[in-house]
Amino acid sequence: MKILIVDDFSTMRRIIKNLLRDLGFTNTDEADDGNTALPMLRSGKYDFLVTDWNMPGMSGFDLLKAVRADDNLKTLPVLMVTAEAKRDQIVAAAQAGVNGYVVKPFTAAVLKEKIEKIFERIQ
Amino acid sequence: MSDSKKNPQDLDPEVTEKLREQANALAEQVNAGNYAGAMTLINDLSEVRDQSLYREVGRLTRSLHEAIRNFQIDPRNAEQQEALSKMTDASDRLEYVVKMTGQAANRTMDLVEDAMPKAHAMRDEAARLRDEWQRLRRREMQPAEFRDLYGRIDTFFITLNRDADTIYGNLSEILLAQDFQDLTGQVIQKVTALVKEVEEHLLSLVVMASHVDQLTGTVHEIESKEVSAEQGVGPQMKAEEREDVVSGQDDVDDLLSSLGF
Repeated sequence: MKILIVDDFSTMRRIIKNLLRDLGFTNTDEADDGNTALPMLRSGKYDFLVTDWNMPGMSGFDLLKAVRADDNLKTLPVLMVTAEAKRDQIVAAAQAGVNGYVVKPFTAAVLKEKIEKIFERIQ
Repeated sequence: MSDSKKNPQDLDPEVTEKLREQANALAEQVNAGNYAGAMTLINDLSEVRDQSLYREVGRLTRSLHEAIRNFQIDPRNAEQQEALSKMTDASDRLEYVVKMTGQAANRTMDLVEDAMPKAHAMRDEAARLRDEWQRLRRREMQPAEFRDLYGRIDTFFITLNRDADTIYGNLSEILLAQDFQDLTGQVIQKVTALVKEVEEHLLSLVVMASHVDQLTGTVHEIESKEVSAEQGVGPQMKAEEREDVVSGQDDVDDLLSSLGF
């Protein structure tokens, strides 16, 4: 299971990386916005994408849309972990095909629950 | 002039008095068919308007200078402008907050990442020793195995002592790493005070500008810009009081499940 973590803040990437490791996912890579993430996703055979929304360069929302529009990536499970809390945004993310939405600040238990739920649905 | 008629209270009484007098006189001249006289009156009228406009502009210029001085920027000296600018200082201060919080977060995570494997190892070795201990109590253990266990327990106690010390040390360092809150808190309070001050000055500038608009009869078309949330807008304040914002993960889950997720 190879996971890409996308967030512009290195501290948040580190927190998510640690939480994922506790859940048994040790094979993780990091990117700081959509522009860096997309080429990695296209060449890197990732099984799961965890992304923030608000980032300089390409936002997580645009990244999500780009992933869904790419024939090789469109089935990639995407979990959004973000401070964006407007109802419209959550609806937009759902319509764009997000698989899970975690609003910051979050707990380890919530992250675990959402990830497990996503994998349950895939299997 | 239609604009000033709507808000006569915003003009000098002296000016409005003159306006009224001359408007009446103008009507009389026009009715009497004295168009040359009427034109002179119209000129007088616009002079009254111009004079009060100049006066207002003069007053505004003084207020503007005052407002700029209040920002503590000296526009005559580029170096001083830089040094005296509270705004530059404010962004430096906020950068300092970002740096401090970042350092504290990384320091804390370093310590946590150092302590976690130790806690794991302690737990795992304790579990293994407990199983062995149970075997010993059930008298299932060979003498050679017992000798091995004996040595392992010794090592475990030594490691336990050392690692517990390290973890305790890490925890107290984590505690200390939170001291940024005191410093960043003070900085943010100062910047907040500055923002409030700037807001007040800007407000008085807006009021001044609206006086000019009234005098000149200018009407601005202000487009209301709908900010797209697609690029992200960051954390929302006072989420509990707002309808368009979720107040936590439970809200998100409810919303998503209402969409069939």
